[in-house]
Amino acid sequence: MKIKKGWYALFTAPLMIMFCIIVIIPFFTGMGYSLVSWDGLAKSEKVFVGLSNYAKIFSDKQFLTSLVRTTLFTLITVVIVNVLALAFAVLVTTKLKVRNVARTMLFLPYLIGGLILGYIWQYVLGDAMSTIGDMTGLTNIFFNWLVNKKMAFCAMIVVSTWQMAGYMMIVYIAGLEAISDDVIEAAEVDGAGFWRTLINIKLPLIMSSITICLFLTLSNCFKIYDVNVSLTGGGPNNSTEMVSMNIFNEIFTKSHFGYGQAKAIVFFVIIALITLIQVKITGDKEVSA
Amino acid sequence: MKRKPVGKIIVNILVILLCCVWLVPVYMVIVNAFKSRAELYENIFAFPKHFTLEYFQGALKKMDFLMAFKNSIIVTVIAVGIIVLLSAMTAWMFVRSNNKLSKFLYGLLILTMLIPFQTIMMPLMQEMNQFGKFFGIPFKDSLGGLIFMYVGFGAGMGVFLFHGFIKSSVPVSLEEAAIIDGCNTWQLFWRIVFPILKSITVTVIILDVIWIWNDYLLPSLTLTSIKNKTIPLAMSLFFGQYTIEWNMAMAALTFTIIPVIIFYLLCQKHIIKGVAAGAVKG
Repeated sequence: MKIKKGWYALFTAPLMIMFCIIVIIPFFTGMGYSLVSWDGLAKSEKVFVGLSNYAKIFSDKQFLTSLVRTTLFTLITVVIVNVLALAFAVLVTTKLKVRNVARTMLFLPYLIGGLILGYIWQYVLGDAMSTIGDMTGLTNIFFNWLVNKKMAFCAMIVVSTWQMAGYMMIVYIAGLEAISDDVIEAAEVDGAGFWRTLINIKLPLIMSSITICLFLTLSNCFKIYDVNVSLTGGGPNNSTEMVSMNIFNEIFTKSHFGYGQAKAIVFFVIIALITLIQVKITGDKEVSA
Repeated sequence: MKRKPVGKIIVNILVILLCCVWLVPVYMVIVNAFKSRAELYENIFAFPKHFTLEYFQGALKKMDFLMAFKNSIIVTVIAVGIIVLLSAMTAWMFVRSNNKLSKFLYGLLILTMLIPFQTIMMPLMQEMNQFGKFFGIPFKDSLGGLIFMYVGFGAGMGVFLFHGFIKSSVPVSLEEAAIIDGCNTWQLFWRIVFPILKSITVTVIILDVIWIWNDYLLPSLTLTSIKNKTIPLAMSLFFGQYTIEWNMAMAALTFTIIPVIIFYLLCQKHIIKGVAAGAVKG
């Protein structure tokens, strides 16, 4: 089909211009900012410091700690979310009468949004927990989780799991429903039980859903910010500050615009690497049937 | 696997119980928003004995909820509308022209979806400051500027989803027939192609609405004046400003959750389908 240049420009230029202004230009100017020392004020001078901002990252204990913390958080949350989501999906693709209601209810948290979720759970894991503790006397489990370093970290995992499990469940359901009944029936005729069918038949056939879910949970967890702000605010004592928040604070709170931007670029490289490697690994394991 | 009816009923009940436990936090917030302060600490799970709307009135005022709700609606509706129209146009042109430039631009859109927002937030804010000065119109602290930025960020996913759909399920023969009948390119797209894109359009709308309605970081960087706050911003302001008065806070949270639940119940099927389709194609 022949298309005149005028039409081509009219159809694509508006969006492409906005996209370049909003995404492409800042990405490249950002690289420039990462090479200077600047406090963000228009009247202050930007001093060129070369790659020393990047060198500084390797001795920034707070950043490295938050990087390790975020990695740990991501690993644990990815496993819990996916196991739970898969279990939910298997449960609601059975012939149960309540399966549609169950889907609806389990998916709801995802729609509420990270910031609001964090505030809701700030009540549940903080105030409500200590009230329950006062009433029951079981104060070794029921206390304000958010003032305890370890439990605040667990709180981040709980809330992120609550947010994402329903979402991933929907993706797994799509995968499970695409498996033809013939395959399952054949397995049952051959005498495969519930677990056997799940592990040897269903799981290999939904490898593409697993790839998608791992990709989504990995990048969502690594980039987590909203829940971090509203649930713990990085506290107590910076013990739950994740990478995104560290970068935000470096730039906008401490006004280290150049140094913070260098961290932001390193953050991009890490995310790109992780997701590309992960897609490559699980992508290779996909089977077609 | 055949179970006796009693066993089936028990399994059904257990599943529903599990789902109810899953939603306990939402229940707690809504129920406790109606209680007086004394009652709140008596039993946090119980239904309120005396319904009070006092805290709702307070929250409505302090949060200026109606203003925030209006702003959120404006930004979400306009931004999503523009993203849908422009991405559909662009994606269709990319598929049908199939030249090197299209392939390059498409690849660029997809690749940049990997860039986390944190990587470009600061340079973007600097650029928007300069644009504001240069053109003499506010790009920062204005709903229009925020919408403009959402369109730029939403372009990648929008074009990606429309591109895949057009390539796989819009027949070229139909378009050729329309051209023979005398349609020009503009009419061809809007009269013939766009109506066929309905199902993927719904997917794009759903995904973008969920994203923009709940987004916090971008508006927190751009919107500074009170009159421009969106719901997540108003909420964070509310939680930051007062030493937390939980009754009031829960009334405010209830205000923000209810519209989401209503939206969900109204277009539940579309939402679940859209989210699944969006993820599977992504």
